Amino acid sequence: MARKLKLRIWRGNSTDGGLQNVEVEANEGEVVLDVIHRVQAEQMNDLAVRWNCKAGKCGSCSMEINGKPRLACMTQVASFPDDQEITITPLRAFPVIKDLVTDVSFNYKKAMEIPAFVPPVGMKPGEPRMAQVDVERSQEFRKCIECFLCQDTCHVIRDHEENKKSFAGPRFFIRIAELDMHPLDMLRNRKQKAQEEHGLGMCNITKCCTEVCPEHIRITDNAIIPMKERVVDVKYDPLRWLGSVIRKREGIL
Amino acid sequence: MATGVFSSKRAKISERTLRTDRWWLQPLITVSVLLSFIVYASFRAFENGNYFAEPLISPFYSPCLSAACAQGSSLLGQPFGIFKILGMTFSPALFILIFPLGFRMTCYYYRKAYYRSFWASPPACAVAEPHAKYTGETRAPLIMQNSHRYFFYIGLIFNVLLTADAILAFRNPEKQWGHMSVGSLVLLANATFLWLYSASCHTCRHTIGGRLRNFSSHPIRYKAWTIVSALNHKHQNFAWISLLGVAFADFYVRQVSSGAFTNFYFF
Ligand code: SF4
Ligand code: SF4
Ligand code: FES
Ligand code: FES
Repeated sequence: MARKLKLRIWRGNSTDGGLQNVEVEANEGEVVLDVIHRVQAEQMNDLAVRWNCKAGKCGSCSMEINGKPRLACMTQVASFPDDQEITITPLRAFPVIKDLVTDVSFNYKKAMEIPAFVPPVGMKPGEPRMAQVDVERSQEFRKCIECFLCQDTCHVIRDHEENKKSFAGPRFFIRIAELDMHPLDMLRNRKQKAQEEHGLGMCNITKCCTEVCPEHIRITDNAIIPMKERVVDVKYDPLRWLGSVIRKREGIL
Repeated sequence: MATGVFSSKRAKISERTLRTDRWWLQPLITVSVLLSFIVYASFRAFENGNYFAEPLISPFYSPCLSAACAQGSSLLGQPFGIFKILGMTFSPALFILIFPLGFRMTCYYYRKAYYRSFWASPPACAVAEPHAKYTGETRAPLIMQNSHRYFFYIGLIFNVLLTADAILAFRNPEKQWGHMSVGSLVLLANATFLWLYSASCHTCRHTIGGRLRNFSSHPIRYKAWTIVSALNHKHQNFAWISLLGVAFADFYVRQVSSGAFTNFYFF
């Protein structure tokens, strides 16, 4: 059954812009990305929108729908009451390029700043074997589709542009956690770097990243808090520190 | 200069948030419950009375270490004499409550709860916060949140003591064993909730196995970690249940001690 939908779509560029009202038909089972495409085809031919898979797997169609960071291709039109107007804006933590398209290159820069996996000396490709229980832990983090909704919603940078230089963001905390929990990773100062260079201490564990993650990765509970505890081990816990000096304990640094 | 969602290169939108749901409800509930608890706990701490009715002792006053404690209420003796400041006797509860307070203030869940609801940092997801500057937990005083594990250890000691109180409550007022009253069950429930709260703590999860980078070579710790992880998933629930549990246990003992309730004995 078709229904008439009232939309407010943000249109503009980095210097100016605003919300524009449009009405559009929506068919049963459609998602917000479908109706945006219909608007583009019928009423606003030059509307800029980024998308790719329409299956919640490429992470391109991130935007804010009624103020919430979401994937447009995974947001059912039927989830809004019939008479409710739907407001669609670009991500509000990143510079806008045009209409619904933002410049997310901040995230690529941060990705490059994370030190890569360091294998044990002399280990050849194909040699490592990993037990399933160890793989499972990082598999959760590997589900990430790089939609950057978590980065967009994190108040540390969303509300404070000046923090961008010193904060990697939740998407990269799961990357750091994945590597720090890897049985074969030989880089030993990941924890210190997480705190001193990537801004782990800026996170106040208010869990918005977890709330918006379309892959349901438990970013705060399984990556950020465990990393915070690991940082305490090496930086803030005098007893642990003493123990590591006396026993040169593996796994601490 | 405008920052955050109003920064110069971001989409020009004048609203702090375009959320249409009742995002303010959750912080409002959190503030109301926590404030009620604080008011009640302060009243009880300063009341300095009605905390003991053989064999029941209120969790706010246990272990009662001051010589001013009610007769028979000091499980660990009274090593500290009487605390007096400016001639006023200090309630023994004030010295006890510092520790559970520190434990809960540094708890990862409560941090989330009060940063959001009391400090609006952020008030809710994708709702712009009112602060011009933000440094998170990187400097004093919030860097002290990293001491959570020490409060966790102290919390374990309290759990043991309050469990002992619950066991001692399976006696009658004449101190004979083998009796059970509503009060015994109240104290037992309180101790159970506190253990669940501690067992589900993130620090507990880290200590028991989370800090390992190699589960496969530590099968027992891995098993323990999976159990704690399952509890950890419910940490928020245990945080609230145990908080209300403590308040209720204290309230019950207060009513019995003041004579408002009779502690019903099943046998
Ligand atoms: S939990 Fe931390 S990283 Fe995640 S959104 Fe909140 S402040 Fe940002
Ligand atoms: S962690 Fe989740 S929200 Fe963040 S980029 Fe990956 S999939 Fe998106
Ligand atoms: S279009 Fe690929 S995630 Fe939405
Ligand atoms: S995290 Fe809540 S008690 Fe430790």
